[in-house]
Amino acid sequence: MTPEFKGFLIFSILKMLFVFTVVMIGVALLTLMERKVSAWMQNRHGPNRVGWAGLLQPAADGIKNIVKEETYPSEANKWLFFLAPAMAFIPALLLSAVIPWAAPLPVNWDATLPLIGRVSYHGPLSMAVADLPVGFLFVLAISSLGVYGIALAGWASNNKYSLLGGLRSSAQMISYEVAMGMSLVPVLLLSGNVTFASIIAAQQNGLWFVLPLFLSFFIFLVAGFAETNRLPFDLPEAESELIAGYHTEYSAMKFSMFPISEYANMATVSAMLVTLFFGGWDIPGIAWDQQGGVLQTLATAGFMFLKVFFFLFLFMWIRWTLPRFRYDQLMALGWKVMLPLALGYIVVTTLAIWGIEQVAGITSPKSKMLILFGLNLVLGYLVFFVLDRGLILSGSYRAGGPVKPGAPRAGMAA
Amino acid sequence: MAIGVKVLPRPERQVSYVRAALKGMALTFKHMLQPKVTMQYPEQKSTETYTISPRWRGTHRMLADEQGRSKCVACGLCPQICPANCIKLVPGEDEEGNRYPLIYEIDEFRCIFCGYCQEVCPEEAIHVGVHFENSEYSRDRFVYDLERLTAQVHPVSSLWDPADPKGE
Repeated sequence: MTPEFKGFLIFSILKMLFVFTVVMIGVALLTLMERKVSAWMQNRHGPNRVGWAGLLQPAADGIKNIVKEETYPSEANKWLFFLAPAMAFIPALLLSAVIPWAAPLPVNWDATLPLIGRVSYHGPLSMAVADLPVGFLFVLAISSLGVYGIALAGWASNNKYSLLGGLRSSAQMISYEVAMGMSLVPVLLLSGNVTFASIIAAQQNGLWFVLPLFLSFFIFLVAGFAETNRLPFDLPEAESELIAGYHTEYSAMKFSMFPISEYANMATVSAMLVTLFFGGWDIPGIAWDQQGGVLQTLATAGFMFLKVFFFLFLFMWIRWTLPRFRYDQLMALGWKVMLPLALGYIVVTTLAIWGIEQVAGITSPKSKMLILFGLNLVLGYLVFFVLDRGLILSGSYRAGGPVKPGAPRAGMAA
Repeated sequence: MAIGVKVLPRPERQVSYVRAALKGMALTFKHMLQPKVTMQYPEQKSTETYTISPRWRGTHRMLADEQGRSKCVACGLCPQICPANCIKLVPGEDEEGNRYPLIYEIDEFRCIFCGYCQEVCPEEAIHVGVHFENSEYSRDRFVYDLERLTAQVHPVSSLWDPADPKGE
């Protein structure tokens, strides 16, 4: 092994340990945050008994889940029942490996270590565990594997509610996977590369992609909610109709794996949203963060954290605000709205970029994106106008005023 | 006859989804900033919005006279009226002919906390109390004897007074 390869290995292992630890602790704290946010939104305090302000609550929950009895339904498929939590959990964690969490750190390192020998590393060290050249295609590939865990958990439980939950989740995740993938094509058109590093660089040179590609962002956001099975798309779980859906039969730590993978998925989708549409670790307005250095890496990591945190909060905020979709509404939204919208948007964006670059001859990324931003304002308004059946600018209520509950209405007679 | 399906008309074409969703999110966010309503129970036993009523009928208490003896004269009215039959009273008599309870036990498990014993007591000796935290580690600790009943210190219940129905 060359010293360069050894250095690469050492740094990769360090990054793995660091990201794994941070993600696991973060996921644990997310369960607490979910309960806190839900409590605050209902004028309650939330857990505040274990540790300061309840900070040790996740640890208490973890200990409880580990010492609880593992139960197996007598008619369950033992192997798949045992494997399913892991199959939900592993893709969720794998995804955190490719997100660049901070600006690359320039490293110039030569050393001789005991047992290992000479190691060296020169050049910028990517702050993603694996700086894959296939970039977010990897994310799309792995995130669709998550459905196996849930669908198999539902099937292996041999319980009608679990099976319904698993089926719903597979239908839902497949439907939205398509729109999700399609919504990212305009990002590729604008950045010209699939690696996260070049997508972030394109946003630093121009604008954050949320402005020139607002509809992509919107579709990705909705699909992200559906992919993570969060409300308003939590039909696989649906505790009011399916008890707990696919994890009805699970207990103890095997059950705990499902929430953990859900929160890890949430964190990944938030990080994806930030990386693809909000400039990743970019600090807006200044070029200082691109110079490279320890300080820059730390500052950009902090900024990345803030942005991801905002989206995690958004996930919880929406969960405690909106009710669940009906199943047919979910499918109609996925196939009849999101997919055609994403496809049409690809066409429009392609034509717009072609027009701007080839016909108008504008090549500066900033002015290119500003023109696209203007186009998106118009398109966004049109889309929401149609989605909202023409009500977006009129008042919230129309003809006849608010419907009083219980009052007889036209059309009731039949 | 065909099976009729009742289709409830939904308020379609009236509500803007986007605005309704944003309004809902504004509402939930507003609630995050509002003061909390939870009473932090073990530390905090009453708040401005919630206090235990003075008419609460809880754990019994036997009042004592100036000499520290219980006021009970063992008349036998409370075991007589008790609908749950939870009071055990064995009367005794001293040399001067004063009656006193040899045994006075209340089984707090059987008690339904109706408060009849307090109402019927001619000496205002036995009372139900404004108190509810009486958990124990074993079941036999729930039979309160005379000594334990006398040792209780919580306020006694002011039962409903027909002359003053609203408690003014």
